Amino acid sequence: MKVNGEIVSIQENCSLGEYLKKHGFQTGRIAVERNGEIVPKAQYETCMLSDADTLEIVHFVGGG
Amino acid sequence: MTREEYHAICDKRFGEEVYDKLRDSRVAVAGLGGLGSHIAVMLARSCIGTLHLIDFDVVDISNLNRQEYYVSHIGRPKTECMREKLLEINPFLNIITNQVKVTEDNLKELFQKESIVCEAFDRADQKAMLVNGLLAAFPDIQVISGSGMAGYGDANEITTKKLFSNFYQCGDGVTDSQNVGLMAPRVSICAGHQANKVLQLILDK
Repeated sequence: MKVNGEIVSIQENCSLGEYLKKHGFQTGRIAVERNGEIVPKAQYETCMLSDADTLEIVHFVGGG
Repeated sequence: MTREEYHAICDKRFGEEVYDKLRDSRVAVAGLGGLGSHIAVMLARSCIGTLHLIDFDVVDISNLNRQEYYVSHIGRPKTECMREKLLEINPFLNIITNQVKVTEDNLKELFQKESIVCEAFDRADQKAMLVNGLLAAFPDIQVISGSGMAGYGDANEITTKKLFSNFYQCGDGVTDSQNVGLMAPRVSICAGHQANKVLQLILDK
């Protein structure tokens, strides 16, 4: 799988929610695009990842 | 100053074709704090025909160090102060305001007419809520966000990046308001990046 331009390996049957948790992302402060489409937060746990996926994960910081 | 005089000057400054595109366009600014107040001023000067300004807050003393407000604005809604200010810059703008806090529940209704939105909120979770909500609800919308512009570190760290197909992020991506203080120059630079991306999206279409 590709995440923010880098090739990463994932376990089988891994949901997006599990992947994000495992890698320390705060799900309340990010947005995720999977294969060119935004993944709504409500679908993080049901969205199953595959090796062919391309993810872009954006992390927001406060201020503005 | 008459409308005709103003249009004639803008035709000269921008070129007629560019000015027509700018006048025909519409942009929403979500949040009128350090980012949004500067973005709104720059878009008004750029003659964006319709500006939709959204903010729930009133001007506070603590805003004066980095937001486009004056002492005379303290205690008044930011939407109202900004409308007055923008009409002093360009009296021929169409300005729509909503003094409301954006939530997942009202987001669709608030932004249904928009094709370009500048995210200019303060809190990281609110930024994420807005960007996620807009991109999920409106497949063709273009969202330009600001993230990472606190402190007085290297101004050249602030950039514009296209991160998703319809999503741009301006800022350094790192510095937040918790650890390095809030200064006027970097927030203005980031706002400039956002406003400039708006112009690119309108004019390079």
